[in-house]
Amino acid sequence: MFFKSTYNELIKIIAKPRSYLGLAAITLIVGLILLAMKLDGGMYISLLTSPFEESLTFEGNLLNGNLVGFIILQMLIIHVPLLIAFVTGDLVSGEAAMGTIRMLLTKPVSRTKILLSKYLAGCIYTFFVLVWLAFMAIIMGKWLFGIGDLMVLKSDGLVVLQQEDVAWRFFFGFAIAFLSMVMIATLSLTFSCFSENSIGPIVSTMGIIILFTIIGTIEVPLFDTIRPYLFTTHMAAWRFMFDKPLLLNELWFSLTVLLAHIFVLLGIALYKFQRKDILS
Amino acid sequence: MSKKIIEVKNLKKNYGSFNAVKNVNFDVFEGNVFGFLGPNGAGKSTTIRILLSLISPSGGNVKLFGKDITTNRDFILSKIGCIVEKPDFYKYLSAEKNIELFARISGVKVDKSRIHEMLEFVGLRGREKDKLAGFSHGMKQRLGFAQTLIHDPELIILDEPTTGLDPQGIIDIRNLILQLKNERNKTVLLSSHILSEIELIADRMVIINKGETIAEGNVQDLLNAQELIVAYTVDDINKAKQILEQNEIPNFTCLNNEILLHTSQLQSAEINKLFCSNEINVFSMETKRKLEDYFLKLVNH
Repeated sequence: MFFKSTYNELIKIIAKPRSYLGLAAITLIVGLILLAMKLDGGMYISLLTSPFEESLTFEGNLLNGNLVGFIILQMLIIHVPLLIAFVTGDLVSGEAAMGTIRMLLTKPVSRTKILLSKYLAGCIYTFFVLVWLAFMAIIMGKWLFGIGDLMVLKSDGLVVLQQEDVAWRFFFGFAIAFLSMVMIATLSLTFSCFSENSIGPIVSTMGIIILFTIIGTIEVPLFDTIRPYLFTTHMAAWRFMFDKPLLLNELWFSLTVLLAHIFVLLGIALYKFQRKDILS
Repeated sequence: MSKKIIEVKNLKKNYGSFNAVKNVNFDVFEGNVFGFLGPNGAGKSTTIRILLSLISPSGGNVKLFGKDITTNRDFILSKIGCIVEKPDFYKYLSAEKNIELFARISGVKVDKSRIHEMLEFVGLRGREKDKLAGFSHGMKQRLGFAQTLIHDPELIILDEPTTGLDPQGIIDIRNLILQLKNERNKTVLLSSHILSEIELIADRMVIINKGETIAEGNVQDLLNAQELIVAYTVDDINKAKQILEQNEIPNFTCLNNEILLHTSQLQSAEINKLFCSNEINVFSMETKRKLEDYFLKLVNH
């Protein structure tokens, strides 16, 4: 019954027009970035290499698909949470707003299974959004700009990764980004269990992300102790995959914080959903 | 008597200090159409939602098919088809897809032919590919019935199924309920505040008010237990009045050419004979005892 319910949830996501807004937004934004890089990419490379030109000589295709893919991933990973929350925040509250939750919860499927099937469907949607982002950023980037070594600008210097050393890093980078987005999906689903309208969970999710990002950015001693445990601090953990050598301790810590948030929030969502009186 | 399908005992539901349901008791028997009556805010919808496990009770016992709803939810829901308030569907999906979606998680294997059969039964064959966004309220209500019946449930719970329907829609829904009872031998719990609906189709009923059961039993028995008002339309109202006075029959009033008499069923026939034997033509004899009167008498008590 769990898989039948998940299949139903996927059908609903596929049929909902709002599910395609995220994909359309990614296509549009990435398309614009690719166009801008095609027209003015040389200037970007100059900005990137100019601090090092006195000590280093740069050769080869610097403006390549790997670099473009990396830049796009870095830019879009900030906006993707909104696109994810737009769909996953609606999974429970949208049913309450439409009134369909009454019919759904009078079927012989436990509330736990219904919520988990919604969650799984939301995660599958999140996966496809990221696959689409990866396709647009990396595949389209390589098609338009060719291949080459990847230059990553860090606060403490420049990391140059050879092109044959990049593919697996992108793969795992996207896997970690997926976990970050699953965390966002879990947060919005949890809010969705507390709400009777579609907008509330989306706004709440984005509100929390903005609040935690501000707390994580402001250099105030009071926030120093909590900063390492905020999920927003670890949203860009995928970038650890582009360090050389890999900062494994930091990476594991980030993954642990994200997974802990996912389990705790999913627990809260299940607790609330199982006890929720359906009054709508 | 046939077996109990629903047993509700001392049911309570509180929202903070507000008691939405205080003490509701009733039994629904197999094969019956059971009327669930009460004014707005009486606790009907809350009770129905508790029966369907949409709301958890604060106290009391609810058994369906002999099992407790709180511990046997999935088993019980697999035997129930329901419409709670109004049937809401996914507007972005077609009628067929909506039914398919709910059928998939109904606990039984449902194929396309069964879906088409149900759409035929509710008169929506030919509209199965249409998106719900274009459906009228009446059509959605019919689709709600298809959804309710798709897994061939033993018990059908309908919460205000005729709300918002036009007269033809109400008649159609009433006929559908009667078909379910007579042709498919289903047990139906029908909540309504349209009393004529209950009077016409229910075998038994419960009346609740302010969260409490105030009457329960066979519809006709409950009606027979109250005083009957019979309206006689006669050709000579003065003579009829005189005859009644001569025979010391109390409790009558005259209105135009009508005599309203508070009487029993047996006495009403005797009075008719009396008029005829005194050469008073009786054009019509109408029973004024209605569920509406009984209901109002109880809830206003």
